[in-house]
Amino acid sequence: MCGIVGLFLKDSRLEPQLGQLLSDMLITMTDRGPDSAGIAIYGSATEGKAKVTIQSAKPNIDFADLERDLAEAGLPARVARKSTHAVIAVAAARLADVRSVLAAIRPDVRIMGSGDSVEIYKEVGLPKDVVARFDVRSMSGTHGIGHTRMATESAVTTLGAHPFSTGSDQCLVHNGSLSNHNNLRRDLTREGMAFETQNDSEVAAAYLTAEMAKGKDLGEALTSALDDLDGFFTFVVGTKSGFGVVRDPIACKPAVMAETDQYVAFGSEYRALVSLPGIEDARVWEPEPATVYFWDHEKAA
Amino acid sequence: MRVFDLVKTPLRELNSALHAIAPGRNDTNFEVINPRGSHAVAVGIDQPVTVDVRGSVGYYCAGMNDGGTITVHGSAGPGVAQNMMSGTVIIEGDASQYAGATGRGGLLVIKGNAASRCGISMKGIDIVVHGSIGHMSAFMGQSGHLVVLGDAGDALGDSLYEAKLFVRGTVKSLGADCIEKEMRPEHLQKLAELLEKADVQGIRPEEFKRYGSARKLYNFNIDNADAY
Repeated sequence: MCGIVGLFLKDSRLEPQLGQLLSDMLITMTDRGPDSAGIAIYGSATEGKAKVTIQSAKPNIDFADLERDLAEAGLPARVARKSTHAVIAVAAARLADVRSVLAAIRPDVRIMGSGDSVEIYKEVGLPKDVVARFDVRSMSGTHGIGHTRMATESAVTTLGAHPFSTGSDQCLVHNGSLSNHNNLRRDLTREGMAFETQNDSEVAAAYLTAEMAKGKDLGEALTSALDDLDGFFTFVVGTKSGFGVVRDPIACKPAVMAETDQYVAFGSEYRALVSLPGIEDARVWEPEPATVYFWDHEKAA
Repeated sequence: MRVFDLVKTPLRELNSALHAIAPGRNDTNFEVINPRGSHAVAVGIDQPVTVDVRGSVGYYCAGMNDGGTITVHGSAGPGVAQNMMSGTVIIEGDASQYAGATGRGGLLVIKGNAASRCGISMKGIDIVVHGSIGHMSAFMGQSGHLVVLGDAGDALGDSLYEAKLFVRGTVKSLGADCIEKEMRPEHLQKLAELLEKADVQGIRPEEFKRYGSARKLYNFNIDNADAY
């Protein structure tokens, strides 16, 4: 089944509440998928700085002295730990080096996502526990997406949890199952994309990353996905400033959206939206099949 | 009037109370507040009770209704009034997928829009949608009437049996074996009756087109294999 939520704020006064609102939305969707949960939050970007969210199965060992070891490897960085995850802040120009340095000094550490503003936290377990261990409620930001998983493709592991991030500041959550993900994975691997799981949703994320690398914006990449991805899907995706939703042409995976002057919200069910401010007066609708919905802070500005 | 606040009272208590109504009782008016998208609100009613739900519901509201009158003063999630036997279900807002699916009788009125698969496999239910409906509506519809004041999405009436479909707006495409049919006096009369029951004002039956089965898929015929 899986449960998806997403919240894109138009009114900056709500930004301090983003983590709180998104947490409540996600926890409400627990019974759609109790296997694992994850959340991606787009916070404020710092000029010239980039962030990398990492995860470790043995954080006490891997995260101890990480700042010092990174510096010794020639990569000055700040490390902020949260439970099994940590966010490494580095100079944007050095972002590409983080992966290779980590592979050398901390080979067991996994990269959840990176970019100017995104932080990604995901683990196996119930949404309420995942939300608590990463203190998601205290996080502020401009937009975010969340997922609670009922596994149908690939194992119940931290890496198999959503969101999947395959490009800078890009991430995707998925409800459904793809039928042509193995073929697509082969094609994308040939194009240079790397995969960390056998999960179909990771292929969808990588597909969008590859399309955007060709110069498409998120809306255009989602339109291409309708032609190239086969199977059932409701996707909610985030980019640095954008938020998109698309459903396959059969559209049997549930989706409901709400829009007010303050926000655009997505939920697998209306229940996920009932606590949002002003929901009583929101425009609430079910997204059409094979139709791309897309909002962008930069385009709106 | 008994009021159930679903923030304070478990859903099971509401449904148990609805099921405990004995024939001939007169304390049959219920109000449900704060449904907050709950699933399975007011399912399995088998007495002529009246339920007013103040807010939006989730999956399977008013399922299997047999004789009740259920009004949702909000929108409904997937599967509203699924397998209704008799009675009336009114949705003041929109309905999600497969509204009225497999319904055997009664009347479902959706004052907003319905999403995909409205009336799928309908078996005698009457459905009146004031707005538009999504794709694959009335798929394998066997009997009953689907009335749409707005537009219909792709593949209307795919593999239709004897359900009668009336659409006032445009139809994006017709499904396999579904064709436009002549509107005869008995159809206009039935349509007028349904519009009146569904509280539709100022719209005449003559504004609708009728769609039904070409009856070519009833029995397997190798010449029709491509149409399946």
